Amino acid sequence: MEKTVIRAKEFSHFFGSAPALKRISLEIFENEIFGIIGPAGSGKSTFLRALNRLNDLIPGSRTEGMLEIRGRDVNAPGISVVELRRRLGMVFATPVPLPRSIFENVAFGARLAGEKSRGRLTELVADCLKKTALWEEVMDRLDSSALKLSGGQQQRLCLARILALKPEFILLDEPTSGLDPISTMKIEETLRKFRSEYTIILVTNNTKQAARVADRTAFFLDGELVEAERTDKVFSAPSDKRTNDYISGKFG
Amino acid sequence: MRVRIDPRAEQQFFRALLWLLTGVTIFILFFIIFYVLKKGLPVVSLEFLTKNPVEMGKAGGIFSTILGTGALTLLAILIASPLGIGSAIYLTEYTRENWVTRVIRFGSECLAGIPSIIFGLFGFIFFVVKLGLGWSLLSGGLTLAFMILPTIIRTSEEAIRSVPYCYREVSFSLGGTRWQTVTRVVLPSALPGIATGIMLGIGRSIGETAAVIFTAGSSLHIPTSLFSSSRTMSVHFYILAREGISMSKAYGTAAVLIVAILAINIVAYTLMNRFMRKYC
Repeated sequence: MEKTVIRAKEFSHFFGSAPALKRISLEIFENEIFGIIGPAGSGKSTFLRALNRLNDLIPGSRTEGMLEIRGRDVNAPGISVVELRRRLGMVFATPVPLPRSIFENVAFGARLAGEKSRGRLTELVADCLKKTALWEEVMDRLDSSALKLSGGQQQRLCLARILALKPEFILLDEPTSGLDPISTMKIEETLRKFRSEYTIILVTNNTKQAARVADRTAFFLDGELVEAERTDKVFSAPSDKRTNDYISGKFG
Repeated sequence: MRVRIDPRAEQQFFRALLWLLTGVTIFILFFIIFYVLKKGLPVVSLEFLTKNPVEMGKAGGIFSTILGTGALTLLAILIASPLGIGSAIYLTEYTRENWVTRVIRFGSECLAGIPSIIFGLFGFIFFVVKLGLGWSLLSGGLTLAFMILPTIIRTSEEAIRSVPYCYREVSFSLGGTRWQTVTRVVLPSALPGIATGIMLGIGRSIGETAAVIFTAGSSLHIPTSLFSSSRTMSVHFYILAREGISMSKAYGTAAVLIVAILAINIVAYTLMNRFMRKYC
């Protein structure tokens, strides 16, 4: 029996008066890879950023309805945004290594949380880099700039950086959109391995990627949830004609 | 019929024109530096740098004015940097564009356009007389600080704004608070730009005459406290030249001033380059 960890009920998100998400209702289960597909501007990223409340940074951001993580409304007044964001690690579309060393990038989150012990940080950094299969490639140059890594390496570094937070959820916002097929494959492999430990939400503009790695897939269109089903069902027998049109490439 | 200009001829013409304009600029710059150094350097000696002026500056060196310049500039930077960088952080990170920020920015732009003699006059009336600080390093430092504040605010603001937005997003998404984001991500990336603003501030203070002559006075004694009156190199130069005390000593002072400014700039750029090359 799957355990629901994220639940949206009639959830809407507005920027100013324009709705970016319209009355979304869906459930995400523990330890699954939940794929979200849809054309640009369909609200995929808005949904992701509503979860860790990164949308708060945008002026005029406002929500309606309910969005719960493990039974607690993320927009409730008592919620600590800082704590919330530590539970939901996020990887962005373009790899954004900070202009620091590889080591300091991975240790960044832990340092923000107040970790000062060099020993514990060293262990943490090594551990996270191993989990993202980057350790072998960078172990001898942890002190060199993260900006010198290749795009694929940078994105895996970003993944390692959020693992250091020990999050429960991993949010990925089109994480491979700028990467070559081999780097993409490495990231997808890593994600599959992560499934046992984390709940993963993968927003992608590449429908084939959702088909490859997601357990269930949701299709967003114009801020609405068209359907959310087991991935094989979405791709073989979608219940909505618009889904079929999108995945078969009629638009998008 | 329209005359067709050969693109290659056009390219060559404008290349030559722009080269000429650049050349003239550089020539004027180097000519001034060369002229002052040629007139001034022969006067400069170890004694000139380490001895105090004698007979109003007719003889002796300029040691006390070097100290006075250094102390005033340092004081101005120490006062203006936290104020300026703090304001810039507030304007860029802690508030959104609204009428308040526009008023602050407009005020600071106006401040930047005010001639330095007005600052000197204000400093004299307010710090020297009203607050009773007298002709002192403190009055002069405060006056200079307010004079260079707009430059530091402006350059810091631009430096902070040019830090990619995605760095902030990363920091926030990793559970950073706004203050952590500012101090650990934004400011380190903006540092070269902020340092440029501070350098400009140093450049302005070190050569400033009008604003300090009314506020720090023109004592030739070595300053011993924040309340000592003191004379800067530029004020010394001005007095030597205007009173006709000694033109050669005046040029010597000018040469030292120019070399000092050059040296500060070179050191600052070297440090900044080293800092930038490390991770960028």
